Amino acid sequence: MRIRTIAYYFREAFLSIFRNGWLSLAAAATVAISLVILGCSLLVVVNTDRLADQLESSVEISAFLKDGLEQEEIRELNDKIRFLPGVVEVQFVPKEEALQEMRRSFGSRQDILDGLEDDNPLPDTFRIKTRRADQVVEVARKISSLDGVEDVRYGQGLVERLVVVTRWIRVVGVGAMILVGAAAIFLISTTIRLSVFARRREIGIMKYLGATNWFVRFPFLIEGMVLGLLGSLLAAALVYTGYLSLVEHMARAMPFIPLVSDGQVIFRLLAALVGLGLGIGALGSTISIHRFLNV
Amino acid sequence: MIRFYGVTKVYPNGVKALDNINLHIKKGEFLFLVGPSGAGKSTLTRLIFREELPTRGQVLFNGRNVARMRSREVPYLRRRIGMVFQDFRLLPQKTVFENVAFALEVTGASSRDIKRRVPEVLKLVGLEDKAGMLPAHLSGGEQQRVGIARAIVNNPVLLIADEPTGNLDPETSWGLMELFQQINKAGTTIIMITHAREIVDAMKKRVVALESGRIVRDEEGGGYSRED
Ligand SMILES: Nc1ncnc2c1ncn2[C@@H]1O[C@H](COP(=O)(O)OP(=O)(O)OP(=O)(O)O)[C@@H](O)[C@H]1O
Ligand SMILES: [Mg+2]
Repeated sequence: MRIRTIAYYFREAFLSIFRNGWLSLAAAATVAISLVILGCSLLVVVNTDRLADQLESSVEISAFLKDGLEQEEIRELNDKIRFLPGVVEVQFVPKEEALQEMRRSFGSRQDILDGLEDDNPLPDTFRIKTRRADQVVEVARKISSLDGVEDVRYGQGLVERLVVVTRWIRVVGVGAMILVGAAAIFLISTTIRLSVFARRREIGIMKYLGATNWFVRFPFLIEGMVLGLLGSLLAAALVYTGYLSLVEHMARAMPFIPLVSDGQVIFRLLAALVGLGLGIGALGSTISIHRFLNV
Repeated sequence: MIRFYGVTKVYPNGVKALDNINLHIKKGEFLFLVGPSGAGKSTLTRLIFREELPTRGQVLFNGRNVARMRSREVPYLRRRIGMVFQDFRLLPQKTVFENVAFALEVTGASSRDIKRRVPEVLKLVGLEDKAGMLPAHLSGGEQQRVGIARAIVNNPVLLIADEPTGNLDPETSWGLMELFQQINKAGTTIIMITHAREIVDAMKKRVVALESGRIVRDEEGGGYSRED
Protein backbone atom coordinates (compact mmCIF):
# COMPACT_ATOMS: atom_id res chain seq x y z
CA MET A 1 0.00 0.00 0.00
CA ARG A 2 1.26 3.43 -0.87
CA ILE A 3 2.19 5.98 1.78
CA ARG A 4 -0.02 8.46 -0.03
CA THR A 5 -3.01 6.15 0.26
CA ILE A 6 -2.39 5.53 3.96
CA ALA A 7 -2.02 9.25 4.50
CA TYR A 8 -5.31 9.70 2.69
CA TYR A 9 -7.05 7.19 5.02
CA PHE A 10 -5.81 8.96 8.12
CA ARG A 11 -6.55 12.43 6.82
CA GLU A 12 -10.14 11.45 6.04
CA ALA A 13 -10.52 9.69 9.39
CA PHE A 14 -9.33 12.72 11.35
CA LEU A 15 -11.48 15.08 9.30
CA SER A 16 -14.50 13.01 10.27
CA ILE A 17 -13.50 12.91 13.92
CA PHE A 18 -13.31 16.69 14.05
CA ARG A 19 -16.50 17.10 12.05
CA ASN A 20 -18.37 14.89 14.53
CA GLY A 21 -16.95 16.93 17.40
CA TRP A 22 -18.83 16.22 20.61
CA LEU A 23 -20.03 12.83 19.51
CA SER A 24 -16.44 11.73 18.88
CA LEU A 25 -15.55 12.99 22.32
CA ALA A 26 -18.46 11.15 23.93
CA ALA A 27 -17.57 7.93 22.13
CA ALA A 28 -13.94 8.10 23.22
CA ALA A 29 -14.99 8.98 26.78
CA THR A 30 -17.31 5.97 26.97
CA VAL A 31 -14.52 3.72 25.80
CA ALA A 32 -12.34 5.28 28.49
CA ILE A 33 -14.95 4.71 31.22
CA SER A 34 -15.50 1.08 30.31
CA LEU A 35 -11.77 0.44 30.23
CA VAL A 36 -11.19 2.22 33.55
CA ILE A 37 -13.78 -0.07 35.11
CA LEU A 38 -12.13 -3.07 33.54
CA GLY A 39 -8.67 -1.90 34.57
CA CYS A 40 -9.73 -1.36 38.20
CA SER A 41 -11.44 -4.71 38.54
CA LEU A 42 -8.48 -6.43 36.89
CA LEU A 43 -6.16 -4.78 39.41
CA VAL A 44 -8.35 -5.90 42.30
CA VAL A 45 -8.43 -9.44 40.93
CA VAL A 46 -4.67 -9.50 40.41
CA ASN A 47 -4.14 -8.30 43.96
CA THR A 48 -6.57 -10.68 45.64
CA ASP A 49 -5.08 -13.52 43.65
CA ARG A 50 -1.65 -12.55 44.87
CA LEU A 51 -2.98 -12.28 48.44
CA ALA A 52 -4.63 -15.68 48.15
CA ASP A 53 -1.37 -17.12 46.89
CA GLN A 54 0.43 -15.84 49.93
CA LEU A 55 -2.26 -17.12 52.29
CA GLU A 56 -2.12 -20.48 50.59
CA SER A 57 1.33 -21.14 51.98
CA SER A 58 0.34 -19.99 55.46
CA VAL A 59 -3.08 -21.65 55.61
CA GLU A 60 -2.94 -25.36 56.27
CA ILE A 61 -5.57 -27.82 57.38
CA SER A 62 -5.18 -29.59 60.69
CA ALA A 63 -7.02 -32.91 60.96
CA PHE A 64 -7.22 -34.19 64.55
CA LEU A 65 -7.52 -37.98 64.85
CA LYS A 66 -9.58 -40.01 67.24
CA ASP A 67 -7.73 -41.49 70.16
CA GLY A 68 -6.40 -45.02 70.03
CA LEU A 69 -6.11 -45.67 66.29
CA GLU A 70 -3.84 -48.52 65.13
CA GLN A 71 -0.66 -47.75 63.17
CA GLU A 72 -2.27 -49.49 60.20
CA GLU A 73 -5.39 -47.29 60.31
CA ILE A 74 -3.27 -44.15 60.49
CA ARG A 75 -1.27 -45.21 57.43
CA GLU A 76 -4.51 -45.86 55.53
CA LEU A 77 -5.86 -42.42 56.46
CA ASN A 78 -2.60 -40.86 55.35
CA ASP A 79 -2.97 -42.48 51.92
CA LYS A 80 -6.62 -41.46 51.58
CA ILE A 81 -5.83 -37.83 52.36
CA ARG A 82 -2.79 -37.76 50.09
CA PHE A 83 -4.88 -38.76 47.10
CA LEU A 84 -7.63 -36.18 47.60
CA PRO A 85 -7.67 -33.75 44.68
CA GLY A 86 -5.75 -30.56 45.50
CA VAL A 87 -3.65 -32.01 48.29
CA VAL A 88 0.06 -31.45 47.81
CA GLU A 89 1.52 -32.29 51.22
CA VAL A 90 0.49 -34.42 54.18
CA GLN A 91 2.48 -34.45 57.37
CA PHE A 92 1.74 -36.75 60.29
CA VAL A 93 2.36 -35.24 63.73
CA PRO A 94 2.09 -37.82 66.52
CA LYS A 95 0.69 -36.57 69.84
CA GLU A 96 4.13 -36.77 71.52
CA GLU A 97 5.62 -34.47 68.91
CA ALA A 98 2.67 -32.12 69.20
CA LEU A 99 3.28 -31.84 72.90
CA GLN A 100 6.96 -31.07 72.36
CA GLU A 101 6.02 -28.40 69.85
CA MET A 102 3.68 -26.91 72.38
CA ARG A 103 6.44 -26.97 74.99
CA ARG A 104 8.75 -25.10 72.67
CA SER A 105 6.11 -22.48 72.00
CA PHE A 106 5.61 -21.98 75.76
CA GLY A 107 9.29 -21.14 76.14
CA SER A 108 10.31 -20.43 79.72
CA ARG A 109 6.84 -21.28 81.06
CA GLN A 110 6.89 -24.87 79.88
CA ASP A 111 6.71 -26.11 83.43
CA ILE A 112 2.93 -25.65 83.07
CA LEU A 113 2.91 -28.69 80.84
CA ASP A 114 4.89 -30.89 83.22
CA GLY A 115 3.22 -34.15 84.02
CA LEU A 116 1.25 -34.32 80.76
CA GLU A 117 3.66 -36.87 79.21
CA ASP A 118 1.99 -39.74 80.94
CA ASP A 119 -1.52 -38.63 80.06
CA ASN A 120 -1.06 -36.62 76.83
CA PRO A 121 -4.41 -34.85 76.05
CA LEU A 122 -3.34 -33.80 72.54
CA PRO A 123 -4.57 -35.85 69.57
CA ASP A 124 -2.50 -37.28 66.73
CA THR A 125 -2.69 -34.77 63.88
CA PHE A 126 -2.32 -34.59 60.10
CA ARG A 127 -1.19 -31.25 58.67
CA ILE A 128 -2.30 -30.85 55.05
CA LYS A 129 -1.41 -28.29 52.41
CA THR A 130 -3.44 -27.69 49.25
CA ARG A 131 -2.27 -26.47 45.90
CA ARG A 132 -4.54 -23.41 45.89
CA ALA A 133 -6.24 -21.45 48.65
CA ASP A 134 -9.71 -21.98 47.18
CA GLN A 135 -9.30 -25.76 47.55
CA VAL A 136 -8.90 -25.59 51.31
CA VAL A 137 -12.62 -25.63 52.09
CA GLU A 138 -13.44 -28.58 49.86
CA VAL A 139 -10.46 -30.66 51.01
CA ALA A 140 -11.26 -29.93 54.68
CA ARG A 141 -14.86 -31.02 54.16
CA LYS A 142 -13.77 -34.33 52.60
CA ILE A 143 -11.24 -35.03 55.33
CA SER A 144 -13.77 -34.40 58.10
CA SER A 145 -16.00 -37.13 56.68
CA LEU A 146 -13.24 -39.74 56.83
CA ASP A 147 -13.41 -42.45 59.52
CA GLY A 148 -11.02 -41.86 62.36
CA VAL A 149 -10.98 -38.08 61.99
CA GLU A 150 -12.29 -36.30 65.04
CA ASP A 151 -12.16 -32.67 63.95
CA VAL A 152 -10.79 -30.44 61.18
CA ARG A 153 -9.55 -26.86 61.54
CA TYR A 154 -8.27 -24.25 59.11
CA GLY A 155 -7.79 -20.45 58.90
CA GLN A 156 -10.98 -19.21 60.61
CA GLY A 157 -13.04 -18.72 57.42
CA LEU A 158 -10.57 -16.19 56.01
CA VAL A 159 -9.92 -18.29 52.97
CA GLU A 160 -13.59 -18.78 52.26
CA ARG A 161 -14.25 -15.09 52.49
CA LEU A 162 -11.34 -14.22 50.25
CA VAL A 163 -12.46 -16.65 47.61
CA VAL A 164 -16.00 -15.33 47.68
CA VAL A 165 -14.88 -11.71 47.49
CA THR A 166 -12.61 -12.42 44.53
CA ARG A 167 -15.39 -14.17 42.70
CA TRP A 168 -17.79 -11.27 43.25
CA ILE A 169 -15.29 -8.72 42.13
CA ARG A 170 -14.76 -10.68 38.95
CA VAL A 171 -18.48 -10.97 38.26
CA VAL A 172 -19.34 -7.36 39.05
CA GLY A 173 -16.26 -5.99 37.27
CA VAL A 174 -16.78 -8.04 34.13
CA GLY A 175 -20.52 -7.29 34.16
CA ALA A 176 -20.01 -3.54 34.46
CA MET A 177 -17.30 -3.68 31.83
CA ILE A 178 -19.57 -5.51 29.39
CA LEU A 179 -22.40 -3.03 29.93
CA VAL A 180 -20.28 0.07 29.49
CA GLY A 181 -18.29 -1.67 26.74
CA ALA A 182 -21.52 -2.31 24.83
CA ALA A 183 -22.43 1.35 25.26
CA ALA A 184 -19.00 2.29 23.93
CA ILE A 185 -19.41 0.05 20.89
CA PHE A 186 -22.86 1.52 20.29
CA LEU A 187 -21.60 5.10 20.52
CA ILE A 188 -18.72 4.41 18.17
CA SER A 189 -20.98 2.77 15.64
CA THR A 190 -23.34 5.77 15.89
CA THR A 191 -20.44 8.12 15.27
CA ILE A 192 -19.34 6.12 12.27
CA ARG A 193 -22.90 5.99 10.96
CA LEU A 194 -23.04 9.79 11.07
CA SER A 195 -19.71 9.96 9.25
CA VAL A 196 -21.01 7.59 6.60
CA PHE A 197 -24.16 9.67 6.14
CA ALA A 198 -22.22 12.92 6.03
CA ARG A 199 -20.19 11.46 3.17
CA ARG A 200 -22.83 9.48 1.32
CA ARG A 201 -22.39 11.55 -1.80
CA GLU A 202 -18.64 11.31 -1.70
CA ILE A 203 -18.84 7.55 -1.21
CA GLY A 204 -21.11 7.23 -4.24
CA ILE A 205 -18.71 9.23 -6.39
CA MET A 206 -15.73 7.25 -5.14
CA LYS A 207 -17.42 4.06 -6.21
CA TYR A 208 -18.21 5.41 -9.66
CA LEU A 209 -14.57 6.36 -10.00
CA GLY A 210 -13.55 2.78 -9.31
CA ALA A 211 -12.64 2.84 -5.63
CA THR A 212 -12.47 -0.63 -4.11
CA ASN A 213 -14.70 -1.43 -1.17
CA TRP A 214 -11.74 -1.40 1.18
CA PHE A 215 -10.61 1.96 -0.06
CA VAL A 216 -14.04 3.31 0.88
CA ARG A 217 -14.19 1.48 4.20
CA PHE A 218 -10.72 2.07 5.56
CA PRO A 219 -11.12 5.71 6.66
CA PHE A 220 -14.20 4.73 8.68
CA LEU A 221 -12.46 1.76 10.22
CA ILE A 222 -9.54 3.98 11.16
CA GLU A 223 -11.90 6.61 12.54
CA GLY A 224 -13.43 4.03 14.90
CA MET A 225 -10.07 2.65 15.90
CA VAL A 226 -8.65 6.10 16.58
CA LEU A 227 -11.63 6.85 18.86
CA GLY A 228 -11.07 3.53 20.64
CA LEU A 229 -7.37 4.24 20.94
CA LEU A 230 -7.93 7.74 22.36
CA GLY A 231 -10.35 6.34 24.93
CA SER A 232 -8.03 3.52 25.91
CA LEU A 233 -5.00 5.80 26.24
CA LEU A 234 -7.03 8.04 28.52
CA ALA A 235 -8.13 5.00 30.52
CA ALA A 236 -4.59 3.64 30.73
CA ALA A 237 -3.29 6.98 31.97
CA LEU A 238 -6.03 7.25 34.62
CA VAL A 239 -5.61 3.68 35.82
CA TYR A 240 -1.84 3.99 35.90
CA THR A 241 -1.64 7.24 37.87
CA GLY A 242 -4.51 6.21 40.15
CA TYR A 243 -2.96 2.87 40.97
CA LEU A 244 0.52 4.27 41.52
CA SER A 245 -0.76 6.75 44.09
CA LEU A 246 -2.78 3.97 45.74
CA VAL A 247 0.30 1.76 46.00
CA GLU A 248 2.23 4.62 47.52
CA HIS A 249 -0.54 5.43 49.96
CA MET A 250 -1.00 1.79 51.03
CA ALA A 251 2.72 1.32 51.53
CA ARG A 252 2.53 4.06 54.16
CA ALA A 253 -0.87 3.41 55.69
CA MET A 254 -1.22 -0.39 55.55
CA PRO A 255 2.17 -1.90 54.82
CA PHE A 256 0.94 -5.40 55.82
CA ILE A 257 -1.21 -5.55 52.67
CA PRO A 258 1.31 -5.84 49.86
CA LEU A 259 -0.03 -4.51 46.53
CA VAL A 260 1.21 -5.89 43.25
CA SER A 261 3.59 -3.27 41.95
CA ASP A 262 5.97 -4.96 39.54
CA GLY A 263 6.16 -3.10 36.25
CA GLN A 264 5.74 -6.21 34.10
CA VAL A 265 2.24 -6.99 35.41
CA ILE A 266 1.06 -3.38 35.24
CA PHE A 267 2.51 -2.87 31.78
CA ARG A 268 0.77 -5.98 30.49
CA LEU A 269 -2.50 -4.82 31.98
CA LEU A 270 -2.23 -1.38 30.37
CA ALA A 271 -1.31 -2.96 27.04
CA ALA A 272 -4.41 -5.15 27.31
CA LEU A 273 -6.54 -2.04 27.90
CA VAL A 274 -5.14 -0.32 24.81
CA GLY A 275 -5.60 -3.46 22.71
CA LEU A 276 -9.16 -3.77 23.90
CA GLY A 277 -9.84 -0.10 23.11
CA LEU A 278 -8.67 -0.65 19.55
CA GLY A 279 -10.87 -3.76 19.38
CA ILE A 280 -13.93 -1.87 20.63
CA GLY A 281 -13.30 0.86 18.04
CA ALA A 282 -12.83 -1.63 15.22
CA LEU A 283 -15.96 -3.56 16.20
CA GLY A 284 -18.08 -0.40 16.48
CA SER A 285 -17.06 0.89 13.08
CA THR A 286 -17.34 -2.53 11.44
CA ILE A 287 -20.97 -2.73 12.57
CA SER A 288 -21.81 0.58 10.92
CA ILE A 289 -19.75 -0.10 7.84
CA HIS A 290 -21.66 -3.30 7.28
CA ARG A 291 -25.07 -1.84 8.02
CA PHE A 292 -24.83 1.54 6.35
CA LEU A 293 -22.14 1.32 3.70
CA ASN A 294 -23.61 -0.71 0.88
CA VAL A 295 -20.55 -1.11 -1.21
CA MET B 1 -16.12 -4.11 -27.10
CA ILE B 2 -19.65 -3.55 -25.80
CA ARG B 3 -22.59 -5.71 -26.70
CA PHE B 4 -26.22 -5.42 -25.64
CA TYR B 5 -28.31 -8.57 -26.15
CA GLY B 6 -32.06 -8.11 -25.74
CA VAL B 7 -31.60 -5.71 -22.85
CA THR B 8 -34.68 -4.46 -21.02
CA LYS B 9 -34.51 -2.21 -17.99
CA VAL B 10 -37.52 -1.68 -15.77
CA TYR B 11 -36.92 0.61 -12.78
CA PRO B 12 -38.38 -0.45 -9.42
CA ASN B 13 -41.13 2.15 -9.83
CA GLY B 14 -42.32 0.31 -12.96
CA VAL B 15 -40.90 2.68 -15.58
CA LYS B 16 -39.63 0.73 -18.56
CA ALA B 17 -36.57 2.79 -19.55
CA LEU B 18 -35.12 0.34 -22.10
CA ASP B 19 -37.00 -2.18 -24.18
CA ASN B 20 -35.19 -5.09 -25.88
CA ILE B 21 -32.00 -3.24 -26.87
CA ASN B 22 -29.53 -4.97 -29.21
CA LEU B 23 -26.37 -3.00 -29.87
CA HIS B 24 -22.73 -3.61 -30.71
CA ILE B 25 -20.13 -0.92 -30.11
CA LYS B 26 -16.66 -1.67 -31.49
CA LYS B 27 -13.34 -0.66 -30.00
CA GLY B 28 -12.21 2.77 -31.16
CA GLU B 29 -15.67 3.88 -32.24
CA PHE B 30 -17.09 7.37 -31.72
CA LEU B 31 -20.82 7.10 -31.17
CA PHE B 32 -23.53 9.68 -30.60
CA LEU B 33 -26.52 8.60 -28.56
CA VAL B 34 -29.47 10.87 -29.30
CA GLY B 35 -33.17 10.96 -28.58
CA PRO B 36 -35.79 12.95 -26.70
CA SER B 37 -35.63 13.47 -22.96
CA GLY B 38 -36.63 10.32 -21.06
CA ALA B 39 -35.81 8.06 -24.02
CA GLY B 40 -33.45 5.96 -21.88
CA LYS B 41 -30.04 7.27 -23.00
CA SER B 42 -28.60 7.72 -19.53
CA THR B 43 -30.03 4.40 -18.45
CA LEU B 44 -28.24 2.64 -21.32
CA THR B 45 -24.87 4.01 -20.19
CA ARG B 46 -25.59 3.20 -16.55
CA LEU B 47 -25.86 -0.46 -17.50
CA ILE B 48 -22.37 -0.44 -19.03
CA PHE B 49 -20.52 0.55 -15.89
CA ARG B 50 -22.95 -1.20 -13.62
CA GLU B 51 -24.60 1.69 -11.91
CA GLU B 52 -27.76 -0.28 -12.71
CA LEU B 53 -28.39 -3.93 -13.58
CA PRO B 54 -30.49 -4.99 -16.59
CA THR B 55 -33.89 -6.48 -15.82
CA ARG B 56 -33.58 -8.84 -18.80
CA GLY B 57 -30.86 -9.53 -21.35
CA GLN B 58 -27.09 -9.21 -21.14
CA VAL B 59 -24.54 -6.41 -21.36
CA LEU B 60 -21.05 -7.60 -22.30
CA PHE B 61 -17.92 -5.51 -21.78
CA ASN B 62 -14.92 -7.05 -23.54
CA GLY B 63 -16.76 -10.35 -23.55
CA ARG B 64 -17.58 -10.27 -19.84
CA ASN B 65 -21.16 -10.19 -18.63
CA VAL B 66 -21.22 -7.00 -16.57
CA ALA B 67 -24.13 -8.12 -14.38
CA ARG B 68 -22.35 -11.35 -13.49
CA MET B 69 -19.15 -9.70 -12.33
CA ARG B 70 -18.23 -10.17 -8.69
CA SER B 71 -18.61 -6.99 -6.71
CA ARG B 72 -14.88 -6.83 -6.11
CA GLU B 73 -14.27 -6.81 -9.88
CA VAL B 74 -16.56 -3.84 -10.44
CA PRO B 75 -14.02 -1.18 -9.33
CA TYR B 76 -11.57 -2.41 -11.96
CA LEU B 77 -14.29 -2.26 -14.64
CA ARG B 78 -15.06 1.33 -13.64
CA ARG B 79 -11.43 2.38 -13.68
CA ARG B 80 -11.31 1.55 -17.38
CA ILE B 81 -14.38 3.67 -18.07
CA GLY B 82 -14.28 7.46 -17.87
CA MET B 83 -17.70 8.82 -17.03
CA VAL B 84 -18.85 12.41 -17.53
CA PHE B 85 -22.06 12.70 -15.58
CA GLN B 86 -25.05 14.75 -16.64
CA ASP B 87 -25.17 16.15 -13.09
CA PHE B 88 -21.33 16.52 -12.79
CA ARG B 89 -21.06 14.71 -9.43
CA LEU B 90 -18.18 16.81 -8.16
CA LEU B 91 -17.16 16.86 -4.51
CA PRO B 92 -18.14 20.29 -3.19
CA GLN B 93 -15.52 20.49 -0.45
CA LYS B 94 -12.62 19.60 -2.73
CA THR B 95 -10.86 21.98 -5.11
CA VAL B 96 -10.80 21.52 -8.86
CA PHE B 97 -7.36 19.94 -8.63
CA GLU B 98 -8.44 17.63 -5.81
CA ASN B 99 -11.58 16.58 -7.64
CA VAL B 100 -9.59 15.50 -10.65
CA ALA B 101 -6.83 13.98 -8.52
CA PHE B 102 -9.47 11.96 -6.67
CA ALA B 103 -10.01 9.71 -9.69
CA LEU B 104 -6.32 8.82 -9.55
CA GLU B 105 -6.27 8.67 -5.79
CA VAL B 106 -8.93 5.96 -5.53
CA THR B 107 -6.83 3.78 -7.80
CA GLY B 108 -3.85 4.17 -5.44
CA ALA B 109 -1.77 6.26 -7.84
CA SER B 110 1.48 7.80 -6.60
CA SER B 111 1.89 11.46 -5.70
CA ARG B 112 4.28 11.86 -8.57
CA ASP B 113 1.75 10.58 -11.12
CA ILE B 114 -0.93 12.79 -9.65
CA LYS B 115 1.24 15.92 -9.73
CA ARG B 116 2.20 15.22 -13.31
CA ARG B 117 -1.11 14.08 -14.75
CA VAL B 118 -3.68 16.41 -13.17
CA PRO B 119 -2.23 19.71 -14.49
CA GLU B 120 -1.96 18.05 -17.91
CA VAL B 121 -5.67 17.31 -18.18
CA LEU B 122 -6.68 20.61 -16.57
CA LYS B 123 -4.75 22.29 -19.35
CA LEU B 124 -6.53 20.15 -21.94
CA VAL B 125 -9.93 21.37 -20.74
CA GLY B 126 -8.68 24.94 -20.25
CA LEU B 127 -8.94 25.10 -16.46
CA GLU B 128 -5.26 25.28 -15.54
CA ASP B 129 -5.70 28.61 -13.75
CA LYS B 130 -8.79 27.47 -11.78
CA ALA B 131 -7.07 24.50 -10.14
CA GLY B 132 -7.36 25.92 -6.61
CA MET B 133 -11.05 26.87 -6.77
CA LEU B 134 -14.05 25.09 -5.28
CA PRO B 135 -16.77 23.80 -7.63
CA ALA B 136 -19.34 26.14 -6.07
CA HIS B 137 -17.33 29.12 -7.34
CA LEU B 138 -17.29 27.86 -10.93
CA SER B 139 -19.80 28.38 -13.71
CA GLY B 140 -21.85 25.39 -14.92
CA GLY B 141 -19.66 25.05 -17.98
CA GLU B 142 -16.49 25.10 -15.91
CA GLN B 143 -17.87 22.44 -13.56
CA GLN B 144 -18.71 20.34 -16.57
CA ARG B 145 -15.12 20.61 -17.77
CA VAL B 146 -13.85 19.54 -14.35
CA GLY B 147 -16.00 16.43 -14.76
CA ILE B 148 -14.49 15.85 -18.19
CA ALA B 149 -10.96 16.27 -16.88
CA ARG B 150 -11.71 13.76 -14.13
CA ALA B 151 -13.13 11.29 -16.65
CA ILE B 152 -10.05 11.32 -18.89
CA VAL B 153 -7.31 11.61 -16.26
CA ASN B 154 -7.12 7.81 -15.94
CA ASN B 155 -6.64 7.24 -19.70
CA PRO B 156 -9.83 5.15 -19.88
CA VAL B 157 -10.45 2.70 -22.73
CA LEU B 158 -14.04 3.90 -22.88
CA LEU B 159 -15.26 7.45 -22.36
CA ILE B 160 -18.97 7.94 -21.73
CA ALA B 161 -20.08 11.56 -21.77
CA ASP B 162 -23.65 12.39 -20.78
CA GLU B 163 -24.46 15.73 -22.42
CA PRO B 164 -20.97 17.13 -21.91
CA THR B 165 -21.76 20.28 -23.87
CA GLY B 166 -25.08 20.92 -22.14
CA ASN B 167 -23.73 23.95 -20.25
CA LEU B 168 -21.07 25.13 -22.69
CA ASP B 169 -21.12 28.02 -25.12
CA PRO B 170 -20.71 27.04 -28.79
CA GLU B 171 -17.05 27.98 -28.93
CA THR B 172 -16.10 25.93 -25.87
CA SER B 173 -18.27 23.09 -27.18
CA TRP B 174 -16.31 22.94 -30.37
CA GLY B 175 -13.06 23.05 -28.46
CA LEU B 176 -14.29 20.13 -26.42
CA MET B 177 -15.24 18.17 -29.52
CA GLU B 178 -11.72 18.65 -30.84
CA LEU B 179 -10.40 17.27 -27.58
CA PHE B 180 -12.72 14.26 -27.87
CA GLN B 181 -11.56 13.66 -31.44
CA GLN B 182 -7.98 13.68 -30.21
CA ILE B 183 -8.74 11.25 -27.40
CA ASN B 184 -10.64 9.03 -29.82
CA LYS B 185 -7.72 9.04 -32.28
CA ALA B 186 -5.48 7.88 -29.44
CA GLY B 187 -7.66 4.76 -29.25
CA THR B 188 -10.33 5.54 -26.66
CA THR B 189 -13.87 4.47 -27.54
CA ILE B 190 -16.34 7.30 -27.01
CA ILE B 191 -20.07 7.26 -26.36
CA MET B 192 -21.51 10.75 -26.23
CA ILE B 193 -25.09 11.52 -25.32
CA THR B 194 -26.14 14.88 -26.74
CA HIS B 195 -28.98 17.11 -27.83
CA ALA B 196 -26.60 19.33 -29.82
CA ARG B 197 -27.83 18.94 -33.39
CA GLU B 198 -25.06 21.00 -35.05
CA ILE B 199 -22.33 18.98 -33.42
CA VAL B 200 -23.81 15.63 -34.44
CA ASP B 201 -24.47 16.82 -37.93
CA ALA B 202 -20.98 18.21 -38.38
CA MET B 203 -19.03 15.30 -36.90
CA LYS B 204 -20.36 12.61 -39.24
CA LYS B 205 -20.05 9.78 -36.74
CA ARG B 206 -22.19 6.78 -35.93
CA VAL B 207 -25.55 7.92 -34.51
CA VAL B 208 -27.84 5.72 -32.43
CA ALA B 209 -31.26 7.20 -31.77
CA LEU B 210 -33.45 6.06 -28.89
CA GLU B 211 -37.15 6.67 -28.45
CA SER B 212 -39.17 5.39 -25.51
CA GLY B 213 -36.51 2.82 -24.73
CA ARG B 214 -36.12 1.43 -28.23
CA ILE B 215 -33.44 1.94 -30.88
CA VAL B 216 -35.21 3.66 -33.74
CA ARG B 217 -32.13 4.41 -35.84
CA ASP B 218 -28.50 3.28 -36.02
CA GLU B 219 -26.64 5.03 -38.77
CA GLU B 220 -22.95 5.41 -39.66
CA GLY B 221 -22.07 9.06 -40.44
CA GLY B 222 -25.66 10.10 -39.75
CA GLY B 223 -27.19 13.36 -38.59
CA TYR B 224 -29.05 14.32 -35.46
CA SER B 225 -32.40 13.49 -36.99
CA ARG B 226 -33.43 11.39 -39.98
CA GLU B 227 -32.77 13.22 -43.24
CA ASP B 228 -35.91 12.91 -45.28
N1 LIG C 1 -33.46 5.87 -10.90
C1 LIG C 1 -34.62 5.87 -11.59
N2 LIG C 1 -35.74 5.37 -11.00
C2 LIG C 1 -36.88 5.34 -11.66
N3 LIG C 1 -37.05 5.79 -12.92
C3 LIG C 1 -35.99 6.30 -13.55
C4 LIG C 1 -34.72 6.36 -12.92
N4 LIG C 1 -33.84 6.90 -13.77
C5 LIG C 1 -34.52 7.16 -14.89
N5 LIG C 1 -35.83 6.80 -14.78
C6 LIG C 1 -36.85 6.90 -15.79
O1 LIG C 1 -36.43 6.14 -16.90
C7 LIG C 1 -36.70 6.83 -18.10
C8 LIG C 1 -35.43 7.01 -18.90
O2 LIG C 1 -34.58 7.88 -18.15
P1 LIG C 1 -33.14 8.30 -18.68
O3 LIG C 1 -32.52 9.11 -17.60
O4 LIG C 1 -32.42 7.11 -19.15
O5 LIG C 1 -33.52 9.25 -19.89
P2 LIG C 1 -32.57 10.14 -20.82
O6 LIG C 1 -32.76 9.64 -22.21
O7 LIG C 1 -31.20 10.15 -20.27
O8 LIG C 1 -33.22 11.58 -20.67
P3 LIG C 1 -32.50 13.02 -20.64
O9 LIG C 1 -32.19 13.38 -22.03
O10 LIG C 1 -33.52 13.92 -20.04
O11 LIG C 1 -31.30 12.87 -19.77
C9 LIG C 1 -37.38 8.14 -17.72
O12 LIG C 1 -38.77 7.97 -17.85
C10 LIG C 1 -37.01 8.32 -16.26
O13 LIG C 1 -38.06 8.97 -15.58
MG1 LIG D 1 -29.99 11.52 -19.32
